[in-house]
Amino acid sequence: MVSVATMQMSEQPVAGTAVQAGTASGEARNPNSSETTARTGAGVPVKASVENFSFYYGDFKALKSISMPVHEKRVTALIGPSGCGKSTLLRTFNRMHDLYPGNRYDGTIRLHPDNTNLLDPAVDPIEVRMRIGMVFQKPNPFPKSIYENVAYGLRIRGERNRSVIDDRVREALRGAALWSEVEHRLHDPATALSGGQQQRLCIARCLATQPEVLLFDEPTSALDPIATASIEELIHELRDKVTILIVTHNMQQAARVSDYTAYMYLGELMEFGETNQIFVNPKRKETEDYITGRFG
Amino acid sequence: MKAEDIPLIRRIIRRNKRIELLFVVAGFVALLMGVLTFVALFAQMAWAGWERITPDFFTNFPSRRAAQAGILSAWVGSLLVMLVTAISAVPLGVAAGVYLEEYAPKNLLTDIIEINVTNLAGVPSIVYGLLALGVFVYTFGFGQSILSAGLTLGLLILPVVIVATRESIRSIPLHIREAAYGLGATRWQVTRDHIVPYSLPGIMTGVIIGMSRAIGETAPIITIGALTFIAFLPDAPVGPEFPWVNFEWLKSGFTVMPIQMFNWTSRPEEAFQQNAAAAGFILVLMTLAMNAVSIWIRYHVRKDIKW
Repeated sequence: MVSVATMQMSEQPVAGTAVQAGTASGEARNPNSSETTARTGAGVPVKASVENFSFYYGDFKALKSISMPVHEKRVTALIGPSGCGKSTLLRTFNRMHDLYPGNRYDGTIRLHPDNTNLLDPAVDPIEVRMRIGMVFQKPNPFPKSIYENVAYGLRIRGERNRSVIDDRVREALRGAALWSEVEHRLHDPATALSGGQQQRLCIARCLATQPEVLLFDEPTSALDPIATASIEELIHELRDKVTILIVTHNMQQAARVSDYTAYMYLGELMEFGETNQIFVNPKRKETEDYITGRFG
Repeated sequence: MKAEDIPLIRRIIRRNKRIELLFVVAGFVALLMGVLTFVALFAQMAWAGWERITPDFFTNFPSRRAAQAGILSAWVGSLLVMLVTAISAVPLGVAAGVYLEEYAPKNLLTDIIEINVTNLAGVPSIVYGLLALGVFVYTFGFGQSILSAGLTLGLLILPVVIVATRESIRSIPLHIREAAYGLGATRWQVTRDHIVPYSLPGIMTGVIIGMSRAIGETAPIITIGALTFIAFLPDAPVGPEFPWVNFEWLKSGFTVMPIQMFNWTSRPEEAFQQNAAAAGFILVLMTLAMNAVSIWIRYHVRKDIKW
């Protein structure tokens, strides 16, 4: 815990400078920079493509004709001021809006390689949610044991074999960097964990069913800086294994964890690009104003 | 602030606090009115009936001689009627509440049903008695039995159970549901694995509150024709021989605690008044015990369920 924290702390000012300075080259400032050439570029396959996507809350058009790719096994950050529709877009990926009446989709989100349109009314939202996991803003473990929280996704998929569940729970908790903290109290209530541990438990709960895409809806906004650092560290570890889409209010966080960034404003996608390019050399004035803190 | 203002500020604070004190006193008196009334009633019954509360009182049938009369048939009757009430009202009420909250589309029809359920809770109990007399006793032919009485009281507390279920479900935060749906659970899985288990303490509290109301109900039970003098027990619901349970007791005539009390208070002899007081004391204890269980559930079962 402590080592993670100190490590992250030493990174923070670096990324912070990048955002404030804005103009200089990103090489020295972005902690991802040494890998950026490998992590972004022409060769990265696309996991999902959003095409002409619009979203309506009743009569209100919350998202206006968004098109963007989500690259496979990369982290894509959605940033923008409150109310810009970034959470709305994220929640569309696992059809959370279907739970509430009066919401309407337009356009498509294709999941590759099978080209399934996630928004097709013929596609069951449950199927979509089984393929795409979500981590919420507020840690939301079930008031059950730590073990049962992680096992739940497997149980609803009909897994009955005790030893299979045991293995997958352990694997998921390891994947979420929580195993060493909870291995001796798997049957304690999950709500007894700290906020940061609860959020990692929620990540483990998603990982247990091996989703193709993992959605993070401002996963650290309810956490203290140390817990935030450990979640960011975890996203770093996960990005080679799963496609990640993350909404964040914190621009330094977007700069630290993501490979691609989409800047949204008033329901429109203003700019999409490699994180380095967005933060160092934004094409649009609006993006630059937002990331340098002149606006938003 | 200037230094000369300080005494003024202090005067204002003192005045504000005097006004507050006034409310505290008024509130405390209001509280005492309720508590003292109950304590006085309870103490008076205990005082009047104390001598009669012996083991014999619980094991004797009613008798023409006050000194030998007991509440055996009454407390057994109350217990069995409550059993039928719980078995009928809990599954129906919980299922109805869960359906209304989780499944029913939000439209005019469900709004009307909602209003009706709330109103049902306020219908005088004698009306339920009349309904039951027509439906259970005559139409269905259940007779003046434990079954009829239990179902009547079941109907009576059904709205309470439904409302308790719905309120308890509503207190489950949205983000817990979203967590379950987000993993790919179906609505039934969410209901079975999350909604019902997490709302169970609240539902049980509601059920017990309903039951402690039902156990003291007299009017509907009289309406359907409970006996007032009964010197036998219904067949035991469980027995030593196969199939170990029997349902003959459901058809049995019966009496319950409040009717036994009512019967004794209408006798002219002083000694029967004593019996009535003793039975009343026991009845209140039964109700208090049920409330204690619901408090226990609130504090001990609920503590594991938090968000």
